[in-house]
Amino acid sequence: MNFKSGHLLGLEYVDNDDIELILKSTKSFREILDRPIKKVPTLQGKTVVNLFFEPSTRTRISFELAEKRLSADSVNFSTSTSSVKKGETLLDTARNIEAMKIDMVVIRHQSPGAAHFLALNLDANIINAGDGAHEHPTQALLDMVTIAEHHKSFKGLKVGIVGDIAHSRVALSNIHGLRKMGAKITLCGPATLIPREVERLGVDICYNIDDLIADVDVLNVLRIQLERQDSGFFPSLREYHQYFGITRERLEKATKPITIMHPGPINRGVEISSDVADSEHSVILNQVTNGVAVRMAILYLLAGGEHESN
Amino acid sequence: MNQIKKLRHGGIKYQTANGKILIQDVHVIDPSQKLDARLNVIIENGKIGKIAQDMPQNFDGEIIAHKEAVLFPGLIDMHVHLREPGREDEETIESGALAAAAGGFTAVACMPNTDPAIETQEVVNFIKEEAQPLLVNVYPVAAITKRREGKELAPIAEMAEAGAVGISDDGTPLMNAEVMRRALEYAKMFDIPVLGHEEDSNLSRNRHMHEGFYSTKLGIPGIPSVSEEIMVARDIMLTEYTGGRFHVCHISTRKSIDLVRQAKIKGIPVSCEVTPHHFTLTDKAVESFDTNTKMNPPLRSADDLAAILDGLRDGTIDAIASDHAPHSIEEKEAEYIYAPFGITGLETAWGLIVSELLNKKIIGLKDVYRLCVVNPRKILNIPIPKIKEGELADLSLLDKQISWRLCDLPGYSRSKNTPFGERVLTGRPLAVINKGMIFRNV
Repeated sequence: MNFKSGHLLGLEYVDNDDIELILKSTKSFREILDRPIKKVPTLQGKTVVNLFFEPSTRTRISFELAEKRLSADSVNFSTSTSSVKKGETLLDTARNIEAMKIDMVVIRHQSPGAAHFLALNLDANIINAGDGAHEHPTQALLDMVTIAEHHKSFKGLKVGIVGDIAHSRVALSNIHGLRKMGAKITLCGPATLIPREVERLGVDICYNIDDLIADVDVLNVLRIQLERQDSGFFPSLREYHQYFGITRERLEKATKPITIMHPGPINRGVEISSDVADSEHSVILNQVTNGVAVRMAILYLLAGGEHESN
Repeated sequence: MNQIKKLRHGGIKYQTANGKILIQDVHVIDPSQKLDARLNVIIENGKIGKIAQDMPQNFDGEIIAHKEAVLFPGLIDMHVHLREPGREDEETIESGALAAAAGGFTAVACMPNTDPAIETQEVVNFIKEEAQPLLVNVYPVAAITKRREGKELAPIAEMAEAGAVGISDDGTPLMNAEVMRRALEYAKMFDIPVLGHEEDSNLSRNRHMHEGFYSTKLGIPGIPSVSEEIMVARDIMLTEYTGGRFHVCHISTRKSIDLVRQAKIKGIPVSCEVTPHHFTLTDKAVESFDTNTKMNPPLRSADDLAAILDGLRDGTIDAIASDHAPHSIEEKEAEYIYAPFGITGLETAWGLIVSELLNKKIIGLKDVYRLCVVNPRKILNIPIPKIKEGELADLSLLDKQISWRLCDLPGYSRSKNTPFGERVLTGRPLAVINKGMIFRNV
């Protein structure tokens, strides 16, 4: 597990025991969030840098809150332009920050492998907060925590992931994490957004959303980026909604209740209709709460903590 | 007896071979002379003297003896980027030629994507003049179109007259079929080939590795193999239609190789080359996110690699060429999607040929002659060196057994962007002789 090497780069590289450890630890931190005083001294004296090369609101805030609630000192470095365009290399940026004696780096970057690159070059613990369309491990872990709150076991659990699979780090991390825990995954979306040879990751593919809905326990609905329409992956958002949008009418045909998840931010009326997003089966806001707890657990474990000591 | 020749930039690199040199008891391979035997070869005043079965008595010159060596007529790398003029920080004609010599080559053909590009007679002349004092023959390849924009033909006649051995817009796909058609027609007049960089940029733009399982797993936008195959198919058809001569640079996919194989059966004058990295690595190597696994065409699938090995065996693939593409450390030490395409290749090519092809019994030494000595020169229509008494000594002396790593040596290329730097290679170039000079690897 990468905790042994001190990093969380992706769920591909994390073994089952460590996934279970994270999920278990998260429960303890989740309790803290319901206390009147939501702060513990666990990471006092540790410094965390949130290095965001891509615009992000919720992931960055979630990490910041997790850091603050663990009493770590955290600083934010955000830039929407790439390091190359700024004229400073990612390596130089990172070395500069490390020279300021920090302990952990949370990185969000548009290039796959950016977190690996830092892990190779810096001594700090690296947490991948999304590297291009590669991985977003903390998102998948919070998805798994949320699923575990509503389902007894991952074993044999049927999870549908719907939407833009080809450009989704959330999808890839979910596939790795859920498959390791024994869930069955079916991907659904326009054929133009299903990446080549993805079956080799051990997933099924389905192009008919109604067939998928008839079969699954959980639906993880991905955000559709508006620019995908402009680059010709599908003809219009209207057509997308018509053929892949999750609506109440569609869900009513299911024989059992389906847990509805979404990594946010949601495009109401595109990939998901409002009544579904706000329905009793939607756990979208639980995901957000769990996101803070999962990130607290990861920061804690990376800092060398033991679950029992909590 | 051998004088030391000092080069313009001050390095002491080549010795003159004007004295007497004996290459003793060496496996000599030159099928054109029906040579495939252990012989003793004497070089005198830069020319091949006596070739004898018996060890000459009382030889009074320099003796080179190495048990596991083979002696070929000089190897040529028909596809390198020397970066001069324009990016002398990455490579110069001199440093690139030295890397070639260290790699066991006595000749290279250099691609025109310099700055300014090789698109005028002046630049062709400049390269020839710069290369004149060097051991390695440097054959310039001229641009097909002005500013390499793919629109109007460059002054091809003038450049061919000045010594350009082929035309290519390598580095950039020639998307306009009409321009490709005219290039094939025009080049016919000078009997030079059009060297095609085969890539449909609509399918490949903003993509960084081979499209397949690994691009999916790594989330890196993938370049589909059809982006190459569509263009190979188009250009074979245009070649048939125009009667021109067409060569596929750095072929990389199974279907491209099939297309060339079928075209050859039909008698269409098509040839192709493959790089050592494409016969060694697959797209799995990108899992490391090492930017030295990023090149264009990208490292392909294991199935494509198997087809490349078949193509090398059955003769569909005509040549091995390194696509030596030096880049500065600053450019390569970047995020994967921002790093430039390309790796160096001159100094590791022979080690990979031995390790990946000869030792795995994919091809034999006579195939090396075909792929690295004679075919590239036939394609470029340039003289073929021979191991024959009285001929100019243009020779590559290559070992097949030494294990070595490039990173343990200083390296002669100005750039170090290779995925093979720390790989243990078997087979080391020992020496090259050409133009009255000898270069010996230490």
